[in-house]
Amino acid sequence: MNERHIEENELHAYVDGALAPERRAAVEAYLAANPEAARRVEAYRAQNALLRSALDPMLSEPVPPTLRVRPRARSREWFRYGGMAASLLLAATIGWFARGQTPAAPTEFGTALAKRAVLAHLVYAPEVQHPVEVSARQEEHLVQWLSKRMRIPMRAPQLAQAGFQLVGGRLLPGDGAQPAAQFMYENTEGRRLTLYVAANTDGPRETAFRYAEDDGVSTFYWIEGQLGYALSGELTREQLLPVAQTVYHELSR
Amino acid sequence: MTAQIPRLRRYARVLARTTARADDLVQDTLERAWTKRHLWQDGSDLRAWAFSIMHNVYVNQARRREPEPLSDDFELSSPPTQERGLELRDLYRALARLPVDYREVLVLVAVEELRYAEVAEILNVPVGTVMSRLSRARERLRLLMSGESAPVLQRVK
Repeated sequence: MNERHIEENELHAYVDGALAPERRAAVEAYLAANPEAARRVEAYRAQNALLRSALDPMLSEPVPPTLRVRPRARSREWFRYGGMAASLLLAATIGWFARGQTPAAPTEFGTALAKRAVLAHLVYAPEVQHPVEVSARQEEHLVQWLSKRMRIPMRAPQLAQAGFQLVGGRLLPGDGAQPAAQFMYENTEGRRLTLYVAANTDGPRETAFRYAEDDGVSTFYWIEGQLGYALSGELTREQLLPVAQTVYHELSR
Repeated sequence: MTAQIPRLRRYARVLARTTARADDLVQDTLERAWTKRHLWQDGSDLRAWAFSIMHNVYVNQARRREPEPLSDDFELSSPPTQERGLELRDLYRALARLPVDYREVLVLVAVEELRYAEVAEILNVPVGTVMSRLSRARERLRLLMSGESAPVLQRVK
């Protein structure tokens, strides 16, 4: 760090009133001897004042009533709609709270998503030769390709923490003309999980975790923004839950 | 936290540039803060904590989004009064041309009057980075407002 640079930081501290008092005289002497620096300091001070006069009025603008510190609790609705106490518990576990306006009813989109996810899992998870179209060795290509086809930026969550490594992924038919994507994971015992991802066509922007079981396949599914996710595996609910939480956390990082 | 909402809305508008996007960002930030409220240390500066959450929410969302088109539409406040109107309009235009990294350092230092170390913590960067961004932001803003063209070379640490 050269001396000129130190001066620069001190000039800013001077402008912002953050300069150590014992340096004040030195900086002022420097400014007296350097008209160019003095002009800049003057300009920066004027900037501060102008920025404040531009931005301070915003503090007295009325706050829209939709902005609430505490999200509206939807707990009773969850019960009523059959999301059940488990959803509540899960939601609390993963630190998720309902977006105020959206009812948390199980949506057609969500249940259809879980169904397609289970079917896709049953077809591809047992596949020995060709479990995936693009393997994890080309992960970057896989993610780019799927993002392009889905027209939504995609990510393959890292599940190493839960003991699962990415095998790869494939493109699948989804709802109508919109494709879906499947990421496959495997642990050291050869047990496989699939994460099915489809564009959220008409559902709410977010839902809590939901659980479904079909044909011996457990699935946790949820919606987050533009995408619906379903994590499926031949595990018990208790085994699958922590993995689903890892997926959720990885994707919301 | 309710008391912080006006400040969060202001910081959000500097980040997101339009009122609608800014209020979405505030909502997301409030929800995130609510779920993380157990992480807030009683007695620490709630404002700085709320800003750091907003910064993270914004950065995470920006990573997933298409880059925003550059534009002059910067909705910072209610229509300016006539006497300062021109000056403020120039300021908005100049701000619209600054990278978001510069805008947030400027607002945190100059408007929120936070200490450099606090800004560094909010943005999760070293203090040296705050200083270099501040220096470049001010110089760029000065050139833009004086009508000179800004240096083409842009280095963001």
